[in-house]
Amino acid sequence: MNINLTLIGQAISFAIFVSLCMKYVWPPVMTALRERQDKIAQSLADAEQGAQRREEAEAEVETMLQDAKAQAAEIVAQAQKRGNEIIDESKATARSEGERLKAAAQSEIEQEVVTAREDLRKQVGSIAVAGAGKILGSEVNAESHAKVLDDLVGQL
Amino acid sequence: MSDVSTHQPKFDEETLKADVMASSEAGRTTTEYIQHHLQNLVFGVHPENGLSIAHGSEEAAAMGFWAIHLDSMFWSIGLGLLFLWIFKKGADKATSGVPGPLQNFVELIVEFVDENVRETFNGKSEVVAPLALTIFVWVFLMNLMDLIPVDWIPYAAERIGIPYQKIVPSTDVNVTLGMSFSVFALMIYYSLKIKGAGGFFKELAFQPFNSPNVLVQALFVPINLLLEGVALIAKPISLGLRLFGNMYAGELIFILIALLPFYAQWALSVPWALFHILVITLQAFIFMMLTIVYMSMAHEHH
Repeated sequence: MNINLTLIGQAISFAIFVSLCMKYVWPPVMTALRERQDKIAQSLADAEQGAQRREEAEAEVETMLQDAKAQAAEIVAQAQKRGNEIIDESKATARSEGERLKAAAQSEIEQEVVTAREDLRKQVGSIAVAGAGKILGSEVNAESHAKVLDDLVGQL
Repeated sequence: MSDVSTHQPKFDEETLKADVMASSEAGRTTTEYIQHHLQNLVFGVHPENGLSIAHGSEEAAAMGFWAIHLDSMFWSIGLGLLFLWIFKKGADKATSGVPGPLQNFVELIVEFVDENVRETFNGKSEVVAPLALTIFVWVFLMNLMDLIPVDWIPYAAERIGIPYQKIVPSTDVNVTLGMSFSVFALMIYYSLKIKGAGGFFKELAFQPFNSPNVLVQALFVPINLLLEGVALIAKPISLGLRLFGNMYAGELIFILIALLPFYAQWALSVPWALFHILVITLQAFIFMMLTIVYMSMAHEHH
């Protein structure tokens, strides 16, 4: 615990260490710290700017989206209208076609009926002639009684 | 060095006999054990032995001022170099980009010191901040040696023929006063540089008492000089002795704990070491803060 040269030795080494620290340690570390501070400040400013730009872009996207939606709705409405029109048209065509078919069938049926009636009349005529022949016991000449027969057939 | 070898046989005998854990039983008494641990490795000119290493405190005292504590100097310079090495490495890698772990650590401490300097020191100086950094880290490292178990290094040193080894430089009053007087020299230098000799004298002579009356003032000047002079001198002495006292007391308690049986030591040494972690950091911080305050006072005009 004596005071001796150690005191001076320590003072000298202290001075050397402080001056070395002053020269080689402090300045580079502080420079790096300052630079990083600036960098961070710059980055924060950039980030803020970016956020602003993003907000603007988002607003733009929003309007575009709305436009697109409106357009889509319009297109859908148009398509629906056109579809309805097509359906109506087809309905009308189908109806008229059906009616046409029905009319054709009816006229055919009527024709058939007329033909059948004609056949029937002829057959009834011949049956009547045959029946009359049997009743009279002699052959009835169809040709000589043609007028009577035609009257008869006409009454049927 | 020839002297060391002549004393060595006697010394080896001692070490062989002395079980360090229970030194009170074998070669050394408890008192001898404590004294041995508190003795520096002194190298100097002895009146009888000439240039030699002192064996025991009496020989060391006989050497007077012209002797040097080899162990204190070795550990303090070694730790100072360790500080510079670590921080230089961190500083070399320092970039403004993403910092690595070492750079982070170095920056953390540098920023901590820088913040304290900024808060306390208002002048502009290239010296104060690096000075504070050096003091903080260096003193902390020197104090940290206190946490190495007290017997390890002295025992190993004895085995290789070094009779004494005190590994905590801050338990050496020369070391702490050497630093505090350096700080004091800087105080005086900056006081003279910033305030001029006249300004500095005025600060010492016209405070705390002053009077508009010239005669009364003339009476006050010597009183002021005495008061301010004592206050000024007290600064480096209290600065150095505060650190020394704290560390010396802590070391002594570690030595006393080491006298207990080895299986019981942990019960006291662990809590004390944990508490001491706080003390060593705090003492390093106080030394740094007071240095900044003194530098700030030297730079301020009144």
